Amino acid sequence: MRLLKILAALLLLPAAVLAQDVQSVLQTHAEEAASPSRRSVGVLLADISASGAPETATFLERYRDREVWQRLSDGRFYYAEDTGDRTYTLIDIDTGAATEGVSADDLEQIRPNGGVQREIAGALVAFQLSDPDISRRRTAVEAIARSPSEDHLAPLRASVDTEPDPALKARKEQLADLLAATYGDTPEERIAAIEDLTGSLSVEVRAALNRILATEAGVATDLPEANIARVLEPGRDLTEAAAYGILVSEGLAQANPTDAEIYTALTQNIDGGTVAGVPVALLGDPAERLRAYDALAEAGAVPRRIPPEAIAGAVTSHVFFESYLEPDEAITDAARRVLSGIQTRVGLGQVADRTLDGLSLMSIYFLAAIGLAITFGVMGVINMAHGEFIMMGAYTGYVVQLFVPDYTLSLAIALPLAFVVTFGAGVALERSVIRFLYHRPLETLLATFGISIALQQLAKNIFGTQARPLTSPDWLAGAWAVNDVIQISYIRIAIFVLALIFLALLLFLLNRTRLGLEVRAVTQNPGMAASMGIDPDRINMLTFGLGSGIAGIAGVAIGLYAQVTSEMGSSYIVQSFMTVVVGGVGNVWGTLAGASLIGGLQKGIEWFNPSNTLAAQTYMVIFIILFIQFRPKGIVALKGRAAGD
Amino acid sequence: MTDTPHSLGRKYPGGGRHGRAIGPSDNGDGEAAPPPAGRRADHGETGKPKYWVLGLLFLFCFAVTIMSEAAGTGTISTSFVKTLGKTLCLCLAAIAMDVVWGYTGILSLGHMAFFGLGGYMIGQWLMYARTEAIVLENLASQPIPATPQEIQNAIGSQIFGVVGSSDLPPIWGFAHSLTLQLALVVLVPGLLALVFGWLAFRSRVTGVYLSILTQAMTLALSLYLFQNDSGLRGNNGLSGLQNIPGHEQTSQAVISLAFFWASALAFAAGYLLFSWIVSGKMGSVIRGIRDNESRVRFLGYPVEGFKLFVFTLTAVVCGLAGALYYPQAGIINPAEIAPIASIYLAVWVAIGGRGRLYGAAIGAAFVSLLSSWFTGGGAPPLDLGFYRILWTDWWLVLLGLSFVLVTLFAPKGIGGLFDFLVRKPEADREGDYGPDAGSRRAEEGPEDEEART
Repeated sequence: MRLLKILAALLLLPAAVLAQDVQSVLQTHAEEAASPSRRSVGVLLADISASGAPETATFLERYRDREVWQRLSDGRFYYAEDTGDRTYTLIDIDTGAATEGVSADDLEQIRPNGGVQREIAGALVAFQLSDPDISRRRTAVEAIARSPSEDHLAPLRASVDTEPDPALKARKEQLADLLAATYGDTPEERIAAIEDLTGSLSVEVRAALNRILATEAGVATDLPEANIARVLEPGRDLTEAAAYGILVSEGLAQANPTDAEIYTALTQNIDGGTVAGVPVALLGDPAERLRAYDALAEAGAVPRRIPPEAIAGAVTSHVFFESYLEPDEAITDAARRVLSGIQTRVGLGQVADRTLDGLSLMSIYFLAAIGLAITFGVMGVINMAHGEFIMMGAYTGYVVQLFVPDYTLSLAIALPLAFVVTFGAGVALERSVIRFLYHRPLETLLATFGISIALQQLAKNIFGTQARPLTSPDWLAGAWAVNDVIQISYIRIAIFVLALIFLALLLFLLNRTRLGLEVRAVTQNPGMAASMGIDPDRINMLTFGLGSGIAGIAGVAIGLYAQVTSEMGSSYIVQSFMTVVVGGVGNVWGTLAGASLIGGLQKGIEWFNPSNTLAAQTYMVIFIILFIQFRPKGIVALKGRAAGD
Repeated sequence: MTDTPHSLGRKYPGGGRHGRAIGPSDNGDGEAAPPPAGRRADHGETGKPKYWVLGLLFLFCFAVTIMSEAAGTGTISTSFVKTLGKTLCLCLAAIAMDVVWGYTGILSLGHMAFFGLGGYMIGQWLMYARTEAIVLENLASQPIPATPQEIQNAIGSQIFGVVGSSDLPPIWGFAHSLTLQLALVVLVPGLLALVFGWLAFRSRVTGVYLSILTQAMTLALSLYLFQNDSGLRGNNGLSGLQNIPGHEQTSQAVISLAFFWASALAFAAGYLLFSWIVSGKMGSVIRGIRDNESRVRFLGYPVEGFKLFVFTLTAVVCGLAGALYYPQAGIINPAEIAPIASIYLAVWVAIGGRGRLYGAAIGAAFVSLLSSWFTGGGAPPLDLGFYRILWTDWWLVLLGLSFVLVTLFAPKGIGGLFDFLVRKPEADREGDYGPDAGSRRAEEGPEDEEART
């Protein structure tokens, strides 16, 4: 623990005394510096580290890399650059002043050997670990984390106590434990370090523990004295063929010819239309092939096939096992225990992460579907162009960004503007088309589909087919990481907040305002509402505009994390329909329930098969079809007369 | 059929030959409106086979044969013959759609999925048989004959190499046999429609809900097929279907003509079948279901059974149409099954005119041919002076808007023009779904409450 002492010495010395330059320290230990040995270089390194000279780190690096030369005439040390013709340019270590044209005869390169180089590297990291500049300390710590080695353990531990930054200190402690778990001197030390890692969720901790628990497959006639991870039972843990394959690869058995080898052997031994007496024409039959091959083997032309009994015998007479590379059982036990604890917590963390994912998907579906739910609930017409209103909102955001380069400001403009644009489009659609079709809801579906394809193609003509970016402001970039397992991007959080705001706004609007009262009245019984003096025409128009306007805002939100294309609407429309149908019509809570069910379900199914979102969507749709069987009117169904039938 | 019955006795005809066996729908005020005099005449929707449709079809087929490259002057190209054959298949799907939507009132957004499924089923055999021929040819040059297992493996890796697999999935178990795959062409869409329809109709999902549910089914199916491990080559689909195994030496000109005739015969058979269905007693019941489902149920008819029968039968016909279509198209992939395709089918039927079979066929032929003319760059650009309208870019806008206009102002579609030609009186239905005068009603009212929920 020489380095520890060095560092202790370094720390005990008051800083003011240490204001020395590197050269003068080197001169103090000139003999050591000129021909360093692993045993004695420590004092020199300690003094240099303690000097406090700004050039120290550079010097140590170049010293290690054999770039330091000594001038024999005055014994001083320099960096040297070869200028050819056996002359060198010397550069002063402290000042950087250059001296040109020094003859090679006057110089000697200092060549620290491997052992010394490691000592220097240790001192270097230690130096950086205690650097006054926190960013350099961080860099040093991350360098160790990237390529951990035995040498780093001691300086790292030494630097922990003096670390002023609490976050970095925790990081250093964890890293020290990680290193100690693998490189600790005694088993007790390692076990203690491993147990210190309990509960840490970071990827590198799991990787380190898995490294300790690395196994190799083995086979022997009897179970050897080793740290056995588990014994593999042929037939249960591995197939007989695989077990025999291991035997063959270990040289303990002879390989059985494969089908391809048999085929090759047969083709090589065709003799005048027959192979070992079997006509070639018959060889399309697997049994005939084997017969021909056996005949060849009989004649000694090819190796024999191994009979199944022999294979079974060879397999049963051996024991197959996996053994830990780490010989000490206590250590692997501790690592396994800690790792299983960590994996439980990782599992819980992943559940939480999925839940967050599901929440964000749910809020997207909610935003996309709530407008549809309102129009569907109040007017009983389905708006196939709803997805195109989402697209329209997203393009509004894109166009605003073209004119307003400040992303925060442009977002603040785009949200209300998207609402205004799509509100206008919705009212126009309602006035020009939908109001003529109130008695034919299925035809509304088709007429709005016509609008939908026209709008889609129009967007394609105006904005082109390639995806347009809708850049989010800097403060929405990045992700909120709770730990290595749970993280969620800020945009998704923002969308979640947006959905909450809209939920609150709509609840207020529908339950606490005159307009909301009238909307609810028209939803429940348009005829009665009309006779009470409510103008259903006006309500229909406003509701349709409101639903479309929300779609526009949803478009801006969706555009922030997905790309803006003319087809983006159609990818949400079917999900939106299903959200409405599952949730039940004419009720904000119903839509919320529908969105939760669909979003949660989709993420839940993805949980089982994360790589395949297509499968998740397929199963989700099938589930919804079945769900409708049991609640044909959705989760929150209107009851009684309000239900309309 | 130009009789104009005025007597009340004919208002509820037992035979129901007039499509109004259920009686006129009321206006919501509970008072049965007497049918306006002179409006009881037969019109398109009673669906007596219009033999002139078949006559025209066969004239058309002979004309195409004479002008084709294979059997005549070669005035029209082989690819155009294929286009015409494909159009006939689409017309067959359209009349099926008309029966399920225009006559029964179920706006299914899933019939193109059945169409695609039929295509997939026949495609499996076409692809398997052709690959088998190629593989056998390749293996024949080997020094020793291949085992059946080797042939299977070679076919598997040939077909599935593109999705990084080499095993034939179990659903290809019947692909070696044309008979079995042809049975699947009928069975797979039929069973899917049967199960789905049973679930949907049993729980009384109607109207817009049902449309969305069928759309969800279509979406689920296409998403499933888009997966590489679905066993049907993911988004690559099945290709090379225009090569008919066993007829490698036959030129495409002859094959295309044969398929054209097959499509025409299938269309004719489908037309006769559906005409027969919608003209009889059953036609009256299903039109009654369209106009007022509850009333038909209260009269004691098993509404669900009728709907299920129509839904399944039309799905099977769509599957057959698809099985004829895709060998002419040459390739099928999951995009063909996407919900939008089924919506287009509804669009064709609506533009052609619901509630009359020939109208649906005209709509499908007219819109799909026009569509390929416009998108194929056949239409000359329109120069407005300040802007040049390229129809490849603007055709969909035009189609979308014209569809809105048809829905609003011409609910009877193109077929409605025939009423002017033969001076047929106006349709007398006042129900919710059909090509009626409903859109021109001025008053609000609870007449169609059921449709609104």
